[in-house]
Amino acid sequence: MTAASDGAASGVEIAPRDVHAQLRGVTRVFPLASGAGLHALGPIDLDLYHGEFFAVVGPSGCGKSTLLDVLAGLSPPTDGTATFEDKPIDGVPDGVGVVFQEDASFPWLTVRDNVAFGLRRAGVDEAEIKKRVDYAIGFMGLRDFERAYPAQLSGGMRQRVCIARTLVLQPRLILLDEPFGALDQQTRLLMGDELLRLWRETGATVLLITHALDEAAMLSDRVGVMSARPGRFIDIVETHWPRDRDSRIVSDPGFGAVTARLWEKLRVESLKLMGTRP
Amino acid sequence: MKRGGLTREGWIRLAVVVAFVLAFELLCRLGVLPRTVVLPPSEMATSLWHLLETGEFTADIVSTLQDVAIASALSIALGFALGIAIHALPRLRATLEPLLASYYAIPTFMFYPVFIVVFGVSDRAIIAIAVLLSIVAMIASTLTGLDRIPRVLRKTAAIYRMGLARRALLIDLPAAAPHLFTGIKLAFAYAFIGVIASEFILSGQGIGYQIAYAYNNFENRKMYGLMLLVIIVATVANAVLDTIDRRLQSRLRR
Ligand SMILES: Nc1ncnc2c1ncn2[C@@H]1O[C@H](COP(=O)(O)OP(=O)(O)OP(=O)(O)O)[C@@H](O)[C@H]1O
Ligand SMILES: [Mg+2]
Repeated sequence: MTAASDGAASGVEIAPRDVHAQLRGVTRVFPLASGAGLHALGPIDLDLYHGEFFAVVGPSGCGKSTLLDVLAGLSPPTDGTATFEDKPIDGVPDGVGVVFQEDASFPWLTVRDNVAFGLRRAGVDEAEIKKRVDYAIGFMGLRDFERAYPAQLSGGMRQRVCIARTLVLQPRLILLDEPFGALDQQTRLLMGDELLRLWRETGATVLLITHALDEAAMLSDRVGVMSARPGRFIDIVETHWPRDRDSRIVSDPGFGAVTARLWEKLRVESLKLMGTRP
Repeated sequence: MKRGGLTREGWIRLAVVVAFVLAFELLCRLGVLPRTVVLPPSEMATSLWHLLETGEFTADIVSTLQDVAIASALSIALGFALGIAIHALPRLRATLEPLLASYYAIPTFMFYPVFIVVFGVSDRAIIAIAVLLSIVAMIASTLTGLDRIPRVLRKTAAIYRMGLARRALLIDLPAAAPHLFTGIKLAFAYAFIGVIASEFILSGQGIGYQIAYAYNNFENRKMYGLMLLVIIVATVANAVLDTIDRRLQSRLRR
């Protein structure tokens, strides 16, 4: 399939220069041993705009992580095209940071060395590394655990290590796969606030995968709702929040309307997944 | 875990060992276990002390330890390399895996005549048998270690745009380290067994040879002194490796 740049499904008209990452007709089929393929994703059309906060919600197994892998250049789409900053995604693009769904902290390194890992790889000088690592560790509330090893941390703290490790590289596009999955609700809301602050300060584009509808509604400019596998966007909800929002937005009268609309769409898909008729 | 001091389990274990040795000593002294069969532990210890002091067996001890060191090093290096190669070739692995799994069901020692024919009665034959016995433990541990590297760490390496060599060194190796170290521990233990046992049958020197020689000449004191030495060396070496192993496991557990 060739790129059909005039066939955007999101429906939002925007000048091409504002698009940061773009998917056109992207599908992903996993080859199976039996010879048949598992159609995990798509076809998907998506424009991620420069500096926006985009959340993805969808039933379990619908292909969210697969979508993230395509954007991160970790697995090429079976069909369709993916571009980042107007260049086709072919391997991991420069300027993309990823926090995976699974714990990806390095158990053999201290928290501090984990966070500094990417900077050392990039050959950044030590003074700069110290500055950025100090900042990220403070930001993620890990100051008391700098010298601890991941085995000594809780699951949520390990995930914070992974977030810090990604942030220090100052990516222009941040892909987060259920980064707060291991956190309790209160911490989750507060971490959300921190993430919003970071997003405002850096001007990065953020794509956040989550299964918490309130989290998606509170953080995002737009929320993409995916269908059951093979995942496609069945709705993209705009929140129209101001840029300097925080978790107190949950008491906004519009908040309930957003989550209600997300749930309405998602309920049908989740029921399909459970094999029940809506 | 407590550092420095013994844990509760550690104390209990120590108490059990001490009680066993004391009971053993008592049974010997009371004549329940006749001297012609076994010596009391205290006499084994004095005999060992005497042997070490006179230096009668220094050359044998050095020879044995050297063979163990060489055999362990060879098994670890070759086993690691073979493990990586087998891991990289899934079809070879599919053929080999059942063989590896049943390997320790075969009494490798029975092949000793082959080794004498090939290497003659020499250190080389002893080392060959010891390597044969221990290398498979290292291969198996290497395979397990490589299998257990979480896929997400490989993805992370890709995100940092690491090449294959970098990834192997900075991600795969440390991630597999706990299993590799278990392999090292096992390889050493098997090499030690292999060397001592081979010395019984195909050698003119070494601790194993001297134990057999003392046995044949009814030199009970020498025999038990040397046996005690083997037990001490094996226990101490294993305790040291075990401590490192446990540290690694607790730190690297995910
Ligand atoms: N490497 C792979 N090989 C084969 N099938 C895969 C692979 N990775 C994912 N899949 C399949 O693709 C589908 C989508 O998986 P994916 O991990 O993207 O779902 P997800 O939406 O992230 O789910 P969750 O919310 O549970 O994390 C699933 O059916 C999964 O079994
Ligand atoms: Mg997922």
